[in-house]
Amino acid sequence: MRAVISVVGKDHPGILAYVATKCAEQNINIEDVTQKVLQGLFTMMMIVEVPEGLKIQEISSSFDQYGKEEGLDIHVMAEDIFNAMHTI
Amino acid sequence: MLSSSSNNILETIRMIEEENLDIRTITMGINLLDCADADIDKSCEKIYRKITKKAKNLVNVAKDIEGKYGIPIINQRITVTPISMLVSVSGGDPVKYAKALDKAAKDVGASFIGGYSALVQKGMTPGDEALIRSIPRALKETDLVCSSVNIGSTKAGINMDAVKLMGQIVRETAEMTKDNNCFGAAKLVVFCNAVEDNPFMAGGFHGVSEPDVVINTGVSGPGVVREAIRKAGKKASMDQIAEIIKKTAFKVTRMGQLVGAEAAERLGVPFGIVDLSLAPTPAVGDSVARILEEIGLETCGGPGTTACLAMLNDAVKKGGVMASGSVGGLSGAFIPVSEDAGMIAAAEKGILSLEKLEAMTCVCSVGLDMIIIPGDTSAETISAIIADEAAIGMINTKTTACRLIPAIGKKSGEKLVFGGLLGEGPIMPVKKTRADVMVNRGGRIPSPINALKN
Repeated sequence: MRAVISVVGKDHPGILAYVATKCAEQNINIEDVTQKVLQGLFTMMMIVEVPEGLKIQEISSSFDQYGKEEGLDIHVMAEDIFNAMHTI
Repeated sequence: MLSSSSNNILETIRMIEEENLDIRTITMGINLLDCADADIDKSCEKIYRKITKKAKNLVNVAKDIEGKYGIPIINQRITVTPISMLVSVSGGDPVKYAKALDKAAKDVGASFIGGYSALVQKGMTPGDEALIRSIPRALKETDLVCSSVNIGSTKAGINMDAVKLMGQIVRETAEMTKDNNCFGAAKLVVFCNAVEDNPFMAGGFHGVSEPDVVINTGVSGPGVVREAIRKAGKKASMDQIAEIIKKTAFKVTRMGQLVGAEAAERLGVPFGIVDLSLAPTPAVGDSVARILEEIGLETCGGPGTTACLAMLNDAVKKGGVMASGSVGGLSGAFIPVSEDAGMIAAAEKGILSLEKLEAMTCVCSVGLDMIIIPGDTSAETISAIIADEAAIGMINTKTTACRLIPAIGKKSGEKLVFGGLLGEGPIMPVKKTRADVMVNRGGRIPSPINALKN
C-alpha cells in the first residue's frame, strides 16, 4: 500500500538521511520525495510503498516518536485520503 | 509522482491536527423487525443476539481505519428499528427493550444506541403510546440508549395529542434524572419530518425502508470551514465565501465517503449515506457560531445571523452533494447550544435567545437543539415550543427537532454542566405566557396544502 510521510521541522543537516534510514530499517521503499525549506522551516513529502503485513498505524506511531527525538513533526497516512480529498 | 501536491497534503494534516476535522460517527443501522416475538423476553434476547452479532467488529474496524488514515473517528454508534414496533407485537414493559439495547451497545463497545423511538405523526398505536410513556424510565435506567419521537410531518400534519404528551414526557425525563443534571432529556429528541438514515444522536434510528444492516457516516468540521473563511479575509464577497464553504464541504465529505465505504466493505454490509453536518463540539474552534462570526457578525444571535446560517447550510449541502454518491441524513449545520462554545458565549451575553434560535432553525438542518430551559417551565409550554418547531418543519418540508432540557430546580441565568461532547450551557429564559388551552385541545394540525403534490 502507498502512504505519504510528511516531515516538518526546523531545518538542519541530515533530516532526509534520518528519515530515510528509518524507512530502510522497516523495508519501506521510497518512491518519490519533494522537499523545500521556507524561512528555515524544512518541509518534506515522501510517497512510499509500505510492504505487505506492516500496518500504517504501527509505522505512524513509530515515526511519531522517532521524529520527536530529532525535533521533527512526522505524519504517516494512507495515500488514498489525499486523492479522495483533493482530486475529482 | 505525487498525485497530491505538498500543499494539499499539508492542508489535510492541518485540518486534522489543528482544525478538529474528524469523522464524527460511523453508525451501523440494524433492522430488528425479524426479532419481534409475542414474548417480550424472547424478543429482547433476539435483539441482543442480533445486535452483538452484527456490530461485533464495528469498534475494531473503526479503530483500524482511524489508524490507517490518521483521521480521528470519534464515535461508533448503532441505530435500530423504532422499538415501538416491537412493543406492538410483544406488549409488556418497553423498558426491558431499553435495557437489552443498553447491554448490547455496551458489550460491543458502541458509544450510543438510538432507536428507542416511535413514529406517531398521524396517530399512536397502543405500542407507540406504551413506549412513549416509558421513555423517562428507560432513559433513567440506561446509559447509552437514545430516544426519539416523530410527532409531525409535511405529509401527515402534526399530531397534537402526541405533542401534548411529549411536553409531559420531556419534563418527566428531566425530573427523573435531576440528580444527574437532567441528563435524560439530552438523550430525547422530538422530531417533525424525521429522517430514516440519520447517523447522529440522539435522534438516530434505523428506518423501516432501510436494508437489514447498513453503515452510515457522519463527518464534521466547523473549525475547518471557519479557518478557510478567515483566510479569505474581510473583503471577500458573500458569494466568494459561499464558494469557499462549498469547496471545504466537498473535501470533508470525500473523506467521509472514503472512510464510510471502507468501513462498510470491511464489515460486509452495504454503505448507506454520508451525513455532512457541521456538528460543533465544546472544543475551542469547533463551533458553528464562530463560523457565523467569522463571516462578519459581532455575536451569533444578533441581526444577520439567519442570513449567514442560511448561506452556510446551503453551501455545505452543495459541496457535499458533489462529493458523495449518496449524501443523506440531516446534512447541513447543527446549532446545539450547549455543545458549541460560541453559542454558549452568545447565550450567556443574552444576545442569542430562544426566539432567535427558532428563526435560525428555519434555515439550519435541524432545530432547537440542546437548549436548557428553566426548571419551572410547564409541560404545556414545552409542548407549545415543540408545536412551533414542528410547524416550521411541516410547512417548509424540512426536518426540525426539539431537544430541550428543563433544568429542574434551577432558574434562568444559572447553568447546567453535562461534560464531554454535550458540553454545558446557561439556562435560557422562556417567555412566561401560557398556551395551555391550545395544547390541551389535542387533535391534529392538518397537513398543509403543499403536501398535496400527487
